[in-house]
Amino acid sequence: MISALLALVLTAMLPMVSAAAAETKSDYNYTRFKGAGVTLNVYNWGLYISDGSDGAADVVKDFEELTGIKVNYTTYDTNESMYAKIKSGGADYDVIIPSDYMIGKMAQEGMLAELNFDNIPNYKMIGDQYKGLAYDSDEKYSVPYTWGVVGVVYNTTMVDGEVDSWDILWDAAYSGNVLMFNNSRDAFAIAAKKLGLSLNPSSQKEIDEIAAELKKQKPIVQAYVMDEIFDKMTGGEAALAPYYAGDAITMIEDNPDLAFAIPKEGTNYFVDAMCIPKGSTNKEAAEMFINYMCETEVALANCEFIGYSTPQVEAVKLLPEELANSPIMYPSEEVLENTEVFEVLPEEINTAMDAAWSSMKAHEEGGSGWIIPVLMLIAVAVIILSIWRKNVRKKRDDY
Amino acid sequence: MKKMSVFSKIYLAVFFSFMYIPIAVMIVFSFNESKSRSVFTGFTLDWYKSLFRNEMILSALGISLVLAFGSAIVATVIGTLASIGINSMRKTTRGIIMNISYMPVINPEIITGVSLMLLFVVAKTAMGGKIFGMSTLLIAHITFNLPYVIFNVTPKLKQMDVKMYEAALDLGCNPRQAFFKVVLPEIMPAVVSSFLICLTYSIDDFIISYFASGTVQTLPIAIYSMTRKKVSPEINALSTIMFVVILSVILLINAKDSQSQKKKKTRA
Repeated sequence: MISALLALVLTAMLPMVSAAAAETKSDYNYTRFKGAGVTLNVYNWGLYISDGSDGAADVVKDFEELTGIKVNYTTYDTNESMYAKIKSGGADYDVIIPSDYMIGKMAQEGMLAELNFDNIPNYKMIGDQYKGLAYDSDEKYSVPYTWGVVGVVYNTTMVDGEVDSWDILWDAAYSGNVLMFNNSRDAFAIAAKKLGLSLNPSSQKEIDEIAAELKKQKPIVQAYVMDEIFDKMTGGEAALAPYYAGDAITMIEDNPDLAFAIPKEGTNYFVDAMCIPKGSTNKEAAEMFINYMCETEVALANCEFIGYSTPQVEAVKLLPEELANSPIMYPSEEVLENTEVFEVLPEEINTAMDAAWSSMKAHEEGGSGWIIPVLMLIAVAVIILSIWRKNVRKKRDDY
Repeated sequence: MKKMSVFSKIYLAVFFSFMYIPIAVMIVFSFNESKSRSVFTGFTLDWYKSLFRNEMILSALGISLVLAFGSAIVATVIGTLASIGINSMRKTTRGIIMNISYMPVINPEIITGVSLMLLFVVAKTAMGGKIFGMSTLLIAHITFNLPYVIFNVTPKLKQMDVKMYEAALDLGCNPRQAFFKVVLPEIMPAVVSSFLICLTYSIDDFIISYFASGTVQTLPIAIYSMTRKKVSPEINALSTIMFVVILSVILLINAKDSQSQKKKKTRA
């Protein structure tokens, strides 16, 4: 009886709590840096936090008001550009949110600081299945922020029958209607899974095999894209595209004809997690920020805004029914069983993969390779002609 | 004016549609109700409203504007002074200096960006502390803006008759007065136009800023980082506002110009 009453009171209080994220329930001391003039440099994916649009909570602003810490919030577009920026020494960040394999790489290279989990008590609310994964097996450097799987987004009005295999992306029946990832790691992962290989290739032979498979697919691919997928899929310009589950939800909301399937060969399971780079001068404040991001209301707001799944178990419980039970956002155990996480690849494998990827992209079936030399010849001819004419004119002027 | 042939008219129409249709599409989609960039679902002003609440975009815009005006002002002043110096050099030295100033313009931006970053990293390790940010951005932008000022102002100086300056001195000006009263008004159009060029190049620049920005984020960098998810329609709204502002500034300046020209004509 009492517990039922308590539950009633709690549910009545819920809207108030989410309205003012400042009233967080925990007894964590968020105000200890007030007035100290601390500035945190946070580096995150673009559009990867609830930013106050559409009436959602403005997480960064709420954090600033609560703690008195100023947040310099900036964004990047790929793991690689973030890595390059930090590696070059061109910037000092306090909190970054890379993906799994990049965390592993940065940890290996000693670029990440070990977290002090006493300052991140909310870490206990992160589900155990998201902790200690291959990229950070000792749980030293990272706190999971979002996760998801890669699958096939398809237009039910253009695709016949059930989609359950990566093979359909190679099906000539959909020639010109297939989109593909425009980044080597994700594209290789799909071809590898189709071939039944690991998405962490371990030898040049495997890479060649995968690249050959991608080359085979090229004639039927309409375009290699990243975010253009949203428009092309919701606008019905393409029938099939592999993409991240959380974004698939967004696309399906815009166009109910779309559906999402996780192929039976298995897929990539990815985690984006919060880390602190070595050299952060405000490590404790950075840990406070990470802890704040794991507060239930904050995790919920972010999860709803981004559309990706959250690893924060309390937040999952508060999600609307249809999201929490969605097979896209929270796939069943069997599906997850069959997934693989990106691991750090040795340098030579990485290089080989990049080389294979660019040669695949540059490869032309029709053999239009002669165009470039011809264009260059024309350019040279034009230059010579203009110099010659100039000389002639000069001679004429001299008379 | 001669009457245009049909072909010229068609050519002109095609030319202008290539230039302005993309902008028109962007303006239309800034009023689109859904986030889609291909289907227009209904009219709304929501993106404009949420733009003015989106602090990340606004602060990026603020940084871009401060940077553009700061670097344009400094580059114009330094560049104008440099042009005056270059103009009074001997022919060979002038040729050498002009060619050296051409280098950064011809160089791919990425080379300028990376080399500036390397320089800043070296400076950072030598001096310690945090130098990346607004200061490095300013230095970088002034650097790539300078040549444009020099190439704009030097020809104008060359056109000017040296005797005007000498006459001013003869009539009792000291060199400073002669500069401000005679030389500067004469080259003013070139100075203003190079200021505007610097402004646009600076707001535009992505590659060099990207390497020099440290933890600061300019508008192009903020927009670029949205490409994993989807560029927000707020950016369409912002671009529309920028386009309208620039258009009205140009119209105002032109109106004022033609007015003063009319005045001159009537006076003559």
